Amino acid sequence: MGGDQDKVFKALAAPERRVLLDRLRANNGQTLGQLCQDMEMTRQAVTRHLKLLEEANLVATIRRGREKLHYLNPMPIHEIAERWISKYERGRLRVLAELKAKLEEKTDG
Amino acid sequence: MAESQFLYVAFIRTTPEKLWQALIDPEFTRRYWFATAQESEWRAGSAWCIRFADGRVADSGEVVEIEPARRLVLKWRHEIQPELTAEGYSRMTFELAQQGEMVKLTVLHEMDVKDSKFIGAVSGGWPIILSSLKSLLETGEPLAGTGQSPKGM
Repeated sequence: MGGDQDKVFKALAAPERRVLLDRLRANNGQTLGQLCQDMEMTRQAVTRHLKLLEEANLVATIRRGREKLHYLNPMPIHEIAERWISKYERGRLRVLAELKAKLEEKTDG
Repeated sequence: MAESQFLYVAFIRTTPEKLWQALIDPEFTRRYWFATAQESEWRAGSAWCIRFADGRVADSGEVVEIEPARRLVLKWRHEIQPELTAEGYSRMTFELAQQGEMVKLTVLHEMDVKDSKFIGAVSGGWPIILSSLKSLLETGEPLAGTGQSPKGM
């Protein structure tokens, strides 16, 4: 999965690609044409960014008639959160448990 | 775009043909999709339903588009919990695409109801069903508990 997460981080590293993700979050299921509207990027640049986002699995597409609709796929970001934040939470809970044990020791003494 | 959506992407080590069969053939679905079987003649316009082991219809609708091993679009309404039935028909799309040794399965389930309770309900179900399907195809065993009818339904 390491290689996949590299792709996710690389895809997220460009502000233009985060703008595209934000636009999908606001309005999921857009065509290339819709995503190009009011963007200071050429259609080719948007296409290239979308390809990288799709390779990182941050964007998924579904065909609807002749159109290809783009959707935000939050799963890779969720997996990154799971990988690091849950570990952090476990550490924090352990610290709290140790603190509680120490405080209880003092009360007993 | 629809008001409520659920999207899921799974990568499964198999072939599009095997995955397609596993998605619609009762011999497979009973093992990972809570003992349910789908019934349809699998042609555009034909009726479609999902039936629990006890014979009750869980969901029903119609095949909208079908391209075997590539794409399936269903008109889909829940039929057991009245508040979900009341929301009407959703639209479910499967797209299958070979990617190297894996098949990418994209599932989009959408409904033109804001904050749809039905989409909320399937958002909890799909990840379990699809993870179990992946496990079945890659290891020969589904996830524990997914081969029985769901409790309380």
